[in-house]
Amino acid sequence: MTERYDMPDARGHFGPYGGIFVAETLMPAITELNEAYQRYMQDPEFIAELDADLRDYVGRPSPLYHAERWSRDLGGAQIYLKREDLNHTGAHKVNNTVGQALLAKRMGKTRIIAETGAGQHGVATATVAARLGLECVVYMGAVDVARQSLNVYRMKLLGATVVPVQSGSKTLKDALNEALRDWVTNIDNTFYIIGTVAGPHPYPAMVRDFQAVIGREARQQCLDQTGRLPDVLLACVGGGSNAIGLFYPFIDDKSVKMIGVEAAGDGVETGRHSAPLCAGRPGVLHGNRTYLMADDDGEIIETHSISAGLDYPGVGPEHAWLKDTGRAQYVNITDDEAMAGFHALTRMEGIIPALESSHAMAYAMKLAPTMRQDQIIVINLSGRGDKDMQTIMQREGISL
Amino acid sequence: MSRLANKFAELKASGRKALIPFITAGDPYPEFTVPLLHEMVAAGADVIELGVPFSDPMADGPVIQRASERALSHHVGLRKVLSMAMEFRKTDQDTPLVLMGYLNPIEIMGYEDFANAAQRADVDGVLTVDLPPEESEACVRMLRERGIDQIFLLAPNTTAERIQKMDAVGSGYLYYVSLKGVTGAGHLDTADVEQKLQLIRENTALPVGVGFGVKDADTAKTIAAIADGVVVGSALISKIEANLDDPQQAKHEIITLLKSMRAAMDV
Repeated sequence: MTERYDMPDARGHFGPYGGIFVAETLMPAITELNEAYQRYMQDPEFIAELDADLRDYVGRPSPLYHAERWSRDLGGAQIYLKREDLNHTGAHKVNNTVGQALLAKRMGKTRIIAETGAGQHGVATATVAARLGLECVVYMGAVDVARQSLNVYRMKLLGATVVPVQSGSKTLKDALNEALRDWVTNIDNTFYIIGTVAGPHPYPAMVRDFQAVIGREARQQCLDQTGRLPDVLLACVGGGSNAIGLFYPFIDDKSVKMIGVEAAGDGVETGRHSAPLCAGRPGVLHGNRTYLMADDDGEIIETHSISAGLDYPGVGPEHAWLKDTGRAQYVNITDDEAMAGFHALTRMEGIIPALESSHAMAYAMKLAPTMRQDQIIVINLSGRGDKDMQTIMQREGISL
Repeated sequence: MSRLANKFAELKASGRKALIPFITAGDPYPEFTVPLLHEMVAAGADVIELGVPFSDPMADGPVIQRASERALSHHVGLRKVLSMAMEFRKTDQDTPLVLMGYLNPIEIMGYEDFANAAQRADVDGVLTVDLPPEESEACVRMLRERGIDQIFLLAPNTTAERIQKMDAVGSGYLYYVSLKGVTGAGHLDTADVEQKLQLIRENTALPVGVGFGVKDADTAKTIAAIADGVVVGSALISKIEANLDDPQQAKHEIITLLKSMRAAMDV
């Protein structure tokens, strides 16, 4: 294959995945959004404004950091961390919310809604809404509200209304359902900022394009610092926005191996996990066709992960395509392994990673020792761990 | 001619409009459903929309969400709903039965297996909330080959161009969702509906059922005056929810409401 990768097609298909599977009421809004997205992504003025915001408000470029001590300790490949945890609001999520908020402003929308799992996307959305003076409503599963109370408080400080969702499993998928219901009801004035590369077209492509700044920077930084491309890219995958953001600019670099790390929860074999690419099957949920965790009746199975941001039964359709074509590989890491990754990075490098990102760290601990010392792994350190302190203290039986 | 086309033709000839109740299969428990379907037919229902419970009913309001959750707590999924349809058909060969739900259960079963199973159960139509015409070709073909109608939803903001698309791929009838929002919400604006129906009629010859916001005999009558069919769902399911400790009372209230709608529509 020599031709350049140019997914998705005009109707948002990545092979059999993606597409637009929504109720009829949403179709005009999705058409309007798609037109605006196509138009503004070609508009030099829009791109200039976006770049300025990413630089001056988000703090980009984020560093690519050589974790020398940790690399030495693991005794194999050199590990480089793409420091998305250093972005304003503490994770990669803001790259996308800044972009979508600029789009909302151009489209004349006055009200922003979002779903959130760990709360990082909710905080990043509330942040840009505050900055632009837009009304903001964030839907969050009641279970997540309880386990991420710090982020709930941050969103409220920023002026957002946080609506705890009580239906279904009370986690991220239910928050998405509720946000879709809000959108269908308030379609005239409302812009829905989806936080991951899922949802109906154009979201998977649009969120990827806003997150691809991660991979563009990382590619150039790696060349500048080491004179070559990395051998392996590693990123955790829930919906998959930080992973696709890192992977996408490398897709045509065939020598670069891409590995997405899903959340195995208690272990894929226990059924209590959030690893649709490793242990799910293709289906349709939240507007697109992709790998899902569903039973034989097509009902969505409740997921489990220590990390709220990975606790989602689907995954972005582009990951489904990259898996099927073999361009990317997907592996999984249990809660316990993720905790070990969390502690390792914290103690070896003085960087406290988010539990989501810790899954990628944990896989690096398995992979790096099997590689040569002149090989390079770039890991997306997608967020910082401050938000997870409560969860970790609880799990480890610590009280202050 | 399909059972649905036949039914709408028959109604038209007699100057009547279709009364189309929607209930969620398996709510509040599995054995409740098939006897209720028969009683609804006896009370004047012309077409039945039987909801397939789904774990993530994105286009439904709280009433139908909770109905889905009650049914799922008894493990009523697509396969069980198909067996209910088959049981219903044993003693009613005339009333068209439409399965209404979300795409994923059909995807997981596979379009061909589903179409075969629906044919065996003698189902007449399938309405899939999250399957727009653009993505529907493969599914519609499987159903059409087996004489099953694919029914599409129209919304207040649906354009003429899209109505034509649905006219091209859909059959049986079109279901006009008269409100922006989820099921069980708000109030009907009759003038709005009337205006929209005019646009719909200009772009399709298919019968048009109207739903969302039909709550009582008066709204049913109003809609019957301008549409080919009146769909009532959340108002019926509310009766189940209000009488969870006494399902027979729920059934009684559902039948009473349907009879009052039938009487008002036929005046």
